[in-house]
Amino acid sequence: MLAPLHSVNTSQPPVTHFPPEHCCLSIDHLSLAYAGKEALRDLTLSIPRHRVTAFIGPSGCGKSTLLRAINRLHDLNEAVSHSGQIVLEGQDIHGPQVNVTELRRRVGMVFQTPNPFPMSIYENVAFGLRLQQRLPKRKRDDIIEWALTSAALWDEVKDRLHRSAWQLSGGQQQRLVIARTLAVKPDVLLLDEPASALDPISTLKIEELIRNLKSELTLVLVTHNMQQAARVSDYTAFLHQGELIEYGPTDQLFTNPRLQRTENYITGRVT
Amino acid sequence: MTGVPADTAPSRRRLHWLDGLWPWLCAASVALSLLMLGALLTLLLVRGLGHFWPATLEEVTLRSGETFAGQAVREVALPQQPGDERLYFTGNRDIESVRWRWVAIDDIAMQAQPMDLIRLERSPWDDFIGRLVAIEQHDQRWEGDAAWQQLTSLLALPVSQRPDSQLLLITASGQAVQQPLANVVSAQAPNAMTWRQKTLAWSQSVWRFLSEGPRAANTGGGVWPAIFGTVLMVILMSVIVTPFGVLAAIYLNEIAHQGRLTRFVRIGVRNLAGVPSIVYGVFGLGVFVYGIGGSLDEWFFSETLPSPTFGTGGLLWASLTLALLTLPVVIVATEEGLARIPEAQREGAVALGATRLEMLTRIVLPMAAPAMLTGMILAIARAAGEVAPLMLVGVAKLAPQMPVDGEFPYLHLERKFMHLGYHLFDTAFHGDDVQAAIPLVYATALLLVLIVLVLNLTAIFLRHYLRRQRGSEC
Repeated sequence: MLAPLHSVNTSQPPVTHFPPEHCCLSIDHLSLAYAGKEALRDLTLSIPRHRVTAFIGPSGCGKSTLLRAINRLHDLNEAVSHSGQIVLEGQDIHGPQVNVTELRRRVGMVFQTPNPFPMSIYENVAFGLRLQQRLPKRKRDDIIEWALTSAALWDEVKDRLHRSAWQLSGGQQQRLVIARTLAVKPDVLLLDEPASALDPISTLKIEELIRNLKSELTLVLVTHNMQQAARVSDYTAFLHQGELIEYGPTDQLFTNPRLQRTENYITGRVT
Repeated sequence: MTGVPADTAPSRRRLHWLDGLWPWLCAASVALSLLMLGALLTLLLVRGLGHFWPATLEEVTLRSGETFAGQAVREVALPQQPGDERLYFTGNRDIESVRWRWVAIDDIAMQAQPMDLIRLERSPWDDFIGRLVAIEQHDQRWEGDAAWQQLTSLLALPVSQRPDSQLLLITASGQAVQQPLANVVSAQAPNAMTWRQKTLAWSQSVWRFLSEGPRAANTGGGVWPAIFGTVLMVILMSVIVTPFGVLAAIYLNEIAHQGRLTRFVRIGVRNLAGVPSIVYGVFGLGVFVYGIGGSLDEWFFSETLPSPTFGTGGLLWASLTLALLTLPVVIVATEEGLARIPEAQREGAVALGATRLEMLTRIVLPMAAPAMLTGMILAIARAAGEVAPLMLVGVAKLAPQMPVDGEFPYLHLERKFMHLGYHLFDTAFHGDDVQAAIPLVYATALLLVLIVLVLNLTAIFLRHYLRRQRGSEC
């Protein structure tokens, strides 16, 4: 059992605070709008290092939007505007000295549907590496083997590294995408419903992988599946209509929610 | 159930008269299209390739006692009289001043297919049909069968090594002629040939058609310069249009703000594909030939003025005009390919720390490569068959020089060139002997279809290869 990192603030709003030595990411009064339409409203929360934090909430509550804000994927869309701060390891990610591609290397992201590139398994994992620097082949091979092993995929693909990644099963593809992200040694891994397109066995493998990975990095998970949040996460945030409703240790939030809205949602009485 | 009249329910399920019939209508449309396509190709194949088959020569004696030799071409009913009339190709234009002869079949007293009738292909003049009497070379003389053997062995030599010889010939009507060997291109005695010999002769004729230049004001000889011009022009056009179209499509799909203006531009581009090609020809003539070409002449080639260098139609202007013509096709196809690439692929690359340029060059463009090739295929298919704009910007009835030769700078972009499509038009309508040109028209048309097919297949195989290599489906 992990030692608790947090202190619970009993006054409103319900926010869990971490002391700076445990805080990886802190989101401070973040609001975000798509073409003037508000998607996130004044969110404040911090995310602990080397833990799994889950965002839950009904569809359209803004949990994916929040996740994508953390590695600035919204930069691709001109219609998105934001206010407030996201601080990664003490540095504002929108700061002028931040290199956005370097930020995205440090904050990896795995999407809902597996999106391996149309190239070989090897080239998929090497893709991020090749963007960073020219490595000698042997060093690159080592990193690729390490990444595939970390993603629990090495044994299944080691004999067909140069075959097309599109021939893998959905679950294998998703683990390949995780391996591809791990290969560039990120500090944070964002997972946007990583198992929602997978069968139950593949889902279990991904969940086990998530639990194993937290010794390496900080994980943030968006999920529709409350059992999944309960199984893999250490902290859970409940979002609704772009607002943070409740945030706390997972066991506490699921067994003893402080707010009626949270309880309604996790017991299936959707408001 | 209350309130619903019982008899309305079945009436709504009444069969429409098209039910059961519509699949047949659809099938019939497909069948009809295939039938027409098949008929087209069969016509071209039979007429085009049949022309080169060594035809049987007949010696005909009329009731009036007149004798001539020729190849029966076709028969038609006599107007307002019983009986048929037959058309013979008799050749010998230099001797008898006509090459065709209509004969009423009832007038024919006797017809035979003597083995010793020969047909000479000549340049200048065209075919001679008659008999070989002797060959004279300096003081030597061969007669009869020996003369024929000597002739075939002389024709097997390369043109430059053939000795100075005279052929003594006689027509079926008994007129003697002398002909220097230098005028003779080939000789056949079709009535004496076996099937194997005929097949060999056929393939030689086909090869000469493909590899030689035209003769006798495009009514004879081969089409090699036209093949070369067509292919070179299409390749140049592809080299120009593909990068332009792809860059434009990338801008429209990846960079431009997707607002009203972009939509307007896109609709405009699509509509440009429907502008009649002759309009592009007019534009090419005005802008490329007179505008840019005229200025180039003033700046760089003023010593040769008033005779124009670039200020007249040429290969470069024709390729540019066709590139402009096919640009919309490439843009639309590429844009569709780009739009089909899942957003997840782009985000995946960006999320790994790729810049937009890296995302484009490493993920998006390779995935869109098959679509770009599709655009190129469509462009080639359209450009290879265009004739109208070329007539304004550089095609020639007979180009004196090929656009590529051994003279620096090897590729002569300013030269006029020959094109199969225009050659077809010219042969069919501008020759002095349309009867003789008809088989050549079919052969040229077949060749044009084949060239478009080969160019398309090349691009299709390339696309297939790219898809297989990437395991992608777009």
